[in-house]
Amino acid sequence: MEYIALQLFNGLVNGSFYALLSLGLAVIFGVLRVVNFAHGALYMLGAFAAYLLLQDFGVGFWPALIVAPIGIGIAGMVLERLLIRRLYGLDPLYNFLLTFGLTLMIQDGVRLRYGLQGQPYPAPAELAGSVSAGLVAYPTYRLFVIAFSIVVCVAVWYVIERTRLGMIVRAATERPELTRALGINVDRWVTPVFGFGVALAALGGVLAAPMRNVSPLMGSELIIFAFAVVVIGGMGSIAGAVVAGFLVGVLASLAAVFNPALENVVAFALMAIVLLVRPAGLFGSLEARS
Amino acid sequence: MKRTIAGSLVALLLAAACGGGPGGGPPAKLTDGKLVIAVINDQSGVYADLSGKNAVEAVNMAVEDFKAKYGENALGGKVEVLTADHQNKADVAQQKAQEFYERSNADLILDVPTSSAALAIADVAKAQQKLYINVTAATTVLTGKSCNKYTFHYAYDTYMLAQGTGVTVTQQGGKSWYIIYPNYAFGQDMESSFRQAVIAAGGTVIQSDGSPFPNTTGDFSSLLLKAGSLKPQVLGAMQAGGDLVNVVKQYNEFKLKDQNIKLAVGLLFDTDITALGQDALAGTVYTTPWLWNMDDQSKTFADKFLKRTGIRPTFAHAGNYSAAWQYMDAVRRAGSDDADAVVKQLEGYKFNDFFIRNGFVRAEDHWVQHDALIAQVKPKSEAKETFDYSKVVSTIAAEKASRPLAEAGCSMPK
Repeated sequence: MEYIALQLFNGLVNGSFYALLSLGLAVIFGVLRVVNFAHGALYMLGAFAAYLLLQDFGVGFWPALIVAPIGIGIAGMVLERLLIRRLYGLDPLYNFLLTFGLTLMIQDGVRLRYGLQGQPYPAPAELAGSVSAGLVAYPTYRLFVIAFSIVVCVAVWYVIERTRLGMIVRAATERPELTRALGINVDRWVTPVFGFGVALAALGGVLAAPMRNVSPLMGSELIIFAFAVVVIGGMGSIAGAVVAGFLVGVLASLAAVFNPALENVVAFALMAIVLLVRPAGLFGSLEARS
Repeated sequence: MKRTIAGSLVALLLAAACGGGPGGGPPAKLTDGKLVIAVINDQSGVYADLSGKNAVEAVNMAVEDFKAKYGENALGGKVEVLTADHQNKADVAQQKAQEFYERSNADLILDVPTSSAALAIADVAKAQQKLYINVTAATTVLTGKSCNKYTFHYAYDTYMLAQGTGVTVTQQGGKSWYIIYPNYAFGQDMESSFRQAVIAAGGTVIQSDGSPFPNTTGDFSSLLLKAGSLKPQVLGAMQAGGDLVNVVKQYNEFKLKDQNIKLAVGLLFDTDITALGQDALAGTVYTTPWLWNMDDQSKTFADKFLKRTGIRPTFAHAGNYSAAWQYMDAVRRAGSDDADAVVKQLEGYKFNDFFIRNGFVRAEDHWVQHDALIAQVKPKSEAKETFDYSKVVSTIAAEKASRPLAEAGCSMPK
């Protein structure tokens, strides 16, 4: 029983990463209608940025948690201005190919310099301890990850659902032409929104650095799950991405109690079921997708 | 001037390390006027750092050093080194091997990490009747069920790792084991080898669990929690490369060490230590065929390698150098690159070089038996340089580190 309870926490930790990544994907897809395949690579860049800040500049985890997402978010905005913007009018497949190509370039660029083996990154000293939890000592850092990503997710939800800024973004998502007709400059928001989505990915990367092997391929593996989560939650739905993220994390971890091999299957099984029963996803509406 | 003296000293030492003085005799006869060595390995995936391009570089070094010792024309022609990336896929490996043997007239294929890829190439070697010396794949099936006249297994296998780490840790008091392994050919082979070794040494295996491979989430916390609830004395992690890094990182995170659950790793490369940071692994006992800092002749090679590649060699790098050298030497002795003649030279051959100690090529299953090492990761405070990761604890005699022939299950076709 204790084991299952603790496993629940592990599920929430994994869910935190799914939620952060798919939240970024959902925001970007919602406003730009771009399926950002480079999201995993940007998540990886977040982790590497944290590593480099520590290694070369002696900047610790806490500053990195702010600096890395901002820096990579800005890089994302440059990317949007220079490349992604040019393909908006075309078939979505073109941006799909573009971002996939970017993924390969970013990954191989990092690989060329740092190799594939991965880099070490310690947990911040304040959180390096653990909380006694019966069976094992549960790492404080993991609890922090859960709490922190819930706060971030709620904050993002609040901004989008409860503020004027969010209202514009939502309006632009659902009825871009109508929003323009009301005198709101939709295009002005496109670049910052992309940058924000990218920053969320980078934030996930920084959070992952103390727990996971910081290697060029760390994102390419996770991104597949994030896409499954986005589909489960409903394309472009903010709340859907967050809820589905945590749901998949918890279900996968509980499945692993019975058979470790199930852990990787759950997300996709759930995706298949959701697509059959509710093709628009748990929180999606078919209307918003058109 | 000083530098050239040091340089020639290095060359001399290396030459001495590789056994025998400069030999006379007529140069070998090569069937097509040149000797072609093809290195097939992972150059873009998880095993690219531990062997990869630098393993090719090691083979190039071996060719240069061989020529320096025996003369430019010792083998009767040019020696060519080719290479291909098999991406850890058995079908790609098989196709590349076929191409090398048939179109490039390769006389030898070397390296080949990833057990499934290695097994595929062993079959090609058998069909093409050309040589294949495996260095970086660990599966004992190469010298067991899949053994054949043209395939040799160099460096290490899962039996050696289990005999070293499994037995040593059990005898040191780690009686009850919980084994986690990546669920594919290599991991399953590791699991059974370790299980046998632990039980034979008087221990028990409480349970073993396969982890998904590839593990897309990089998360092993469920298995580690299970370890916490099973309370074994030893957690045996059979994962390799990036997976192992994640296991160790999370083992430290959950502080299983503080609950007296010792970590034993099945296969550890220097590149894994780089990824984890030396201190994260300090104290870990593991088995390896070779360490670059184990003695002077190894260091001499490692210095040369560092100059060329910027890193210290892993045992896979050194193993490829040594295997290429021993192959060329067999060609020299045979006076021909004819595969059957070279096999005849290799079978039953006893040798020593900087990598292989008390080497003996078993004719019955083509396992190249040699001493293995029990090593221990040092804390960073004891390291003299960046790559000074481990020290030798003890040596396992060649016979003990080798699977008894009776257990191999190889019936070598003549």
